[in-house]
Amino acid sequence: MPAKSPTPVAPRHHNTLVLCLAFISGFIIMAIELLGGRILAPYFGSSIYVWGSIITVFMLSLSLGYLAGGHLSLHQPRLSRYGTFYIAAAVLLLPLIFFGNEIMEALFLRMQDPRYGSLLVSMLLFFLPTAVMGMIAPYSVRLLVVEHERSGQIAGLLYFISTLGSAFGTLATSFYLVLWFEVNQILLTMAVALLLAGALALVVGRKAAITPALPS
Amino acid sequence: MKTPALTTKSRLAPALWLLLLCCSAGTVQAQGQLRTIHQERSLYRNILVTEDGSRRCMRFTVAELDGQNQSCRFLKDHDKLVFPYAKMVLTSLLVQDHPKRILIVGLGGGTLVHTYSTLFPQANIIIAEIDAAVVKVAHTYFDFTATNKISVAEEDGRLYVKRAGLRGEKFDLVILDAFNGDYIPEHLMTAEFFEEVKKLLGDSGMVVANTFSGSRLYSAESQTYAKVFGKFFNIRMNTSGNRIIVATPQALPDAATLKQRAAALGDRLAGFDVSLDEMLQYIHADTDWDTKERVITDQYSPVNQLNN
Repeated sequence: MPAKSPTPVAPRHHNTLVLCLAFISGFIIMAIELLGGRILAPYFGSSIYVWGSIITVFMLSLSLGYLAGGHLSLHQPRLSRYGTFYIAAAVLLLPLIFFGNEIMEALFLRMQDPRYGSLLVSMLLFFLPTAVMGMIAPYSVRLLVVEHERSGQIAGLLYFISTLGSAFGTLATSFYLVLWFEVNQILLTMAVALLLAGALALVVGRKAAITPALPS
Repeated sequence: MKTPALTTKSRLAPALWLLLLCCSAGTVQAQGQLRTIHQERSLYRNILVTEDGSRRCMRFTVAELDGQNQSCRFLKDHDKLVFPYAKMVLTSLLVQDHPKRILIVGLGGGTLVHTYSTLFPQANIIIAEIDAAVVKVAHTYFDFTATNKISVAEEDGRLYVKRAGLRGEKFDLVILDAFNGDYIPEHLMTAEFFEEVKKLLGDSGMVVANTFSGSRLYSAESQTYAKVFGKFFNIRMNTSGNRIIVATPQALPDAATLKQRAAALGDRLAGFDVSLDEMLQYIHADTDWDTKERVITDQYSPVNQLNN
């Protein structure tokens, strides 16, 4: 019973692309969260408060990102916009990489309480990039779903892929990446990966937008 | 305050021997047996207080009666030091004596606080200890008490050091003795942290760090200290898995000066069962590590991996 879809059905390779990109974003979210502990430790220690702050901020920013991403998916969902999320996340990671120490130092001097100091600094450093990466999940579901009967299955597949990415991101970062690289080298690589992922989605999405217009 | 597993086994030997002796003498008592007299779970770890016939010890561990002692003392003679590591720390007095202001990072059972406050009753001693439960247990089971000369800051050592530096505080002696269940917390062994410690030392202070000598970290730690302080002293004994690092912004005294100071301090440390004359042989400033190992920084610290 294929109801008439408001948007043209995406080619099959688009779905593969969306799933691959969702894997990458899942990987990167957890890698950054894990590195967060390392990043904050010199200024806020490694007390339980610091992990509490980081996890709180990641959960909060993801939740708001889900909400925003879901909302954005209502209006002309397309691969090219999906790509801009990745590019935005990459750009929003840059302050963490280049001004992280300055931001933490400024806050360290003003905030005596290790709980709210680390909460505020986590907010400043991680909220925006993580929230944007949170927008990716619901938007991915919208790009993948063509029949509402299969929406649960598609959402399940998407969560499977992106959470699998998160698992690998956690493992790779904690077991290997910190052993080989500096924290900023890892973060910069992730920003570049997000940028490339976004660019790929943009290019593929734009091509698709032009191609179907030709035969009709 | 902690000694590596290497010595745990040898420390158990006397206890077992005592147990055997008790049994063979027909006086079957639980006296020599290791038993747990207190256990509590803090925000950071399990804290165990154990006792055998002769000693009471604090451990951070999960498995009962397993793991490494953080701190021990003899039940009869509280001054006498149980572990070589504490004696090695005291040996640093050869490099610099008479500290007036002392910072100790990591309280444990308070052995070092007791030792230094006994030796230097006029000194101000500040302890940075992250775990309030450790402070409580040290108070209840190891007679640790804050006085007008001894105070505890219940916070992460890195934070205390950073803030003290910003306040422009100076210390004659900084002792780094913070351990979690495995080893020194990562953020307390980076070049940036040592720079912050160095700032507290001014021109004439001294940092004394308790580390292990057995792991791959030995080279990385040595490289990191060398980068920040230049040449430093190592104190190593073959009966102990600990390595004590003694570093100062000043030039290191030569062998003759060390010998002179050992003679001058004489038997002041006898009550702690430490003979500086004897300890002289264990202190050296040679580069006995792999200088190709990478310096540990806030950005790069594969500490957990190197420790295995």
